[in-house]
Amino acid sequence: MKKKVYGSWSVVGGLAALCLSCSLAFAQPLSSQELINNAKQYDGKTVTYTGEVIGDIMIRGNYAWVNLNDGNNAIGIWMPEAFTKALDYSGSYKARGDLIEVSGIFNRACTEHGGDLDIHAQMVRKISPGGDIKENLSMDKKNLALILLGVLILIWILSLFKKK
Amino acid sequence: MILKPRLQDLKIIGYYLSKVIIGLAFTMLIPVIAGIAFAEKNPVIDFFLAFEITLILGLLLQKICFTEKDLNWMQGMIVVSLSWAVATLLGAVPLYLSGHWKSYLDACFDAMSGFATTGLTLVQNLDHLSYAHNLWRHLIMFIGGQGIVIVALSFFVKGFSGAFKMYVGEARDERILPNVINTSRFIWLVSIVYLILGTLTLGLVGIWEGMKGVNAFFHGACVFMAAFDTGGFAPQSQNILYYHSFLFEIVTIVIMVLGAINFKLHYHVWMGNRRELRKNIETIALFAAIMITFFIIALNLSQLNVYPGALLLLRKGFYQLISGHTGTGYQTIYAQQFVREWGNLALVGLICAMGLGGSICSTTGAIKMLRIGIIFKALAQDVKKIILPEKAIVLQRFHHIKEVFLEDAQVRSALTISLLYLLLYGLGALVGMWFGYPFLEALFESTSAAANVGLSCGVTSASMPALLKVTYILQMWAGRLEFMSIFTLLGFFVAAIKGK
Repeated sequence: MKKKVYGSWSVVGGLAALCLSCSLAFAQPLSSQELINNAKQYDGKTVTYTGEVIGDIMIRGNYAWVNLNDGNNAIGIWMPEAFTKALDYSGSYKARGDLIEVSGIFNRACTEHGGDLDIHAQMVRKISPGGDIKENLSMDKKNLALILLGVLILIWILSLFKKK
Repeated sequence: MILKPRLQDLKIIGYYLSKVIIGLAFTMLIPVIAGIAFAEKNPVIDFFLAFEITLILGLLLQKICFTEKDLNWMQGMIVVSLSWAVATLLGAVPLYLSGHWKSYLDACFDAMSGFATTGLTLVQNLDHLSYAHNLWRHLIMFIGGQGIVIVALSFFVKGFSGAFKMYVGEARDERILPNVINTSRFIWLVSIVYLILGTLTLGLVGIWEGMKGVNAFFHGACVFMAAFDTGGFAPQSQNILYYHSFLFEIVTIVIMVLGAINFKLHYHVWMGNRRELRKNIETIALFAAIMITFFIIALNLSQLNVYPGALLLLRKGFYQLISGHTGTGYQTIYAQQFVREWGNLALVGLICAMGLGGSICSTTGAIKMLRIGIIFKALAQDVKKIILPEKAIVLQRFHHIKEVFLEDAQVRSALTISLLYLLLYGLGALVGMWFGYPFLEALFESTSAAANVGLSCGVTSASMPALLKVTYILQMWAGRLEFMSIFTLLGFFVAAIKGK
């Protein structure tokens, strides 16, 4: 598990980074339902949220939008572009996205992003890596398709006879 | 005396219905091609199975009911209402086979929502849905927006006089060109031109905002189809919030407004008559309604300090309003935020916008602006009659493509349809309240379903009662067809039972 910590190498900077990481330590993760339903309560506070990376990772300058789905809703995470380097898989039909935990500032109506409900990530860690989803061909469906194809051909042949 | 339908009636209905079914079967090959292109094995089989089932049914019905007779009004109306019901049942097959819908009823809900260009959805795990299935969700909006029967009229029918009856049955009572089939083809031409332009624009915006090329254009095509046909489905579970893009919001607003404008008006503007945009009663009424409902929403959002700053209020409030007013249903906020953060007055403003809708002969649902304009003109005429001397003859005119004198028949028709819509909104709300949902939430969702909007305040979910799902399906059906063909179908059943 790789964790990224950003801080100065100077002693003062190091102490500051330590204080920051202590205060930002990953707390009990909150669900998307909890955050959306009680957005006013969590507005401007540091929260921890866990979810699967889904869709596109949209790089915008030095930052990026990553959408995280916890099974109920997906929430947009605004994070430094450097954080996205650790992300390998994004959820789609053919892939299970990386499961990541984010700690950051929750915004009910973000002033920086047009009033979106989002989280500005300060720390990100990968809980479990995603992977390719192996698609097993359903034999039942395949057989049924072949039978129905036979029926279609039969109808076509019968219509030819009828025309003659 | 009610006459019992004859076997010949059933044969004619069955024959023309079979044309629509065969047409639907061939549209299912488009997702098959998409599935092959994206190497999605199971989705290809899902759609091939659905294609086979649909084609077999269509061919059998065509053989059994073969006739050379043309449709009368009753038969035309019944073909239309049945076409939508059958398209829902068959269009739901590939959705259900994907395993992303909990039940066949849920798949039917989404199929009707798609065809009727509503946008309410019960899909599970949308973010992992295949390209093929996602394309189908949006394609059925594109087909439904133009009119399922229009698809058949445009591509599978060489020309018959019954075409106009089916055209009217799909809630389009205006011919753009003298021939109804040419009108259908013009509607397709407009839609295809905008589809290409819209997909390119949205695709480029997507790439600009950091999406991968293929995904950007795929999303562009899907979002265009759903926005122009005022549908509201989106490829990702966050709807338009997924893109986190102001530019994307602006482009979708333009597309939604284009979709809410009368195709006849598009024709006149295309032909260089731009003045029509400023003079037409529908565009004037739409502009006025948007301003009034936005004022109500903005007032309440500002009162409750929902968004910090006027710009954010404008961005969030105006987007949901345009989306609701045009009957699209795209959201840039979560469903729960409507109830938890927006005030009751803002919700009422949005419900009014959804209930009013866009233009007739467009892809929007609801009461529509021409009817609202006519009702207000009639009101103005009545007020003038009271004010002016008794002997004065008061004539009221309005501009809709040409100068039209207001007649009682127009007013009666506008009032009847408006009343039926209000009843439909109310009935759905009553069913919602019967299942324990609060009044405003029940009314919001019911109006959204019946007006074919698709905005949700959280009532619509896979866990809602089955009867409520059926209610919303019926509302979407009746709302999209503007009642008459549904009433004809009901009358047909009554005649079959009670007729002599």
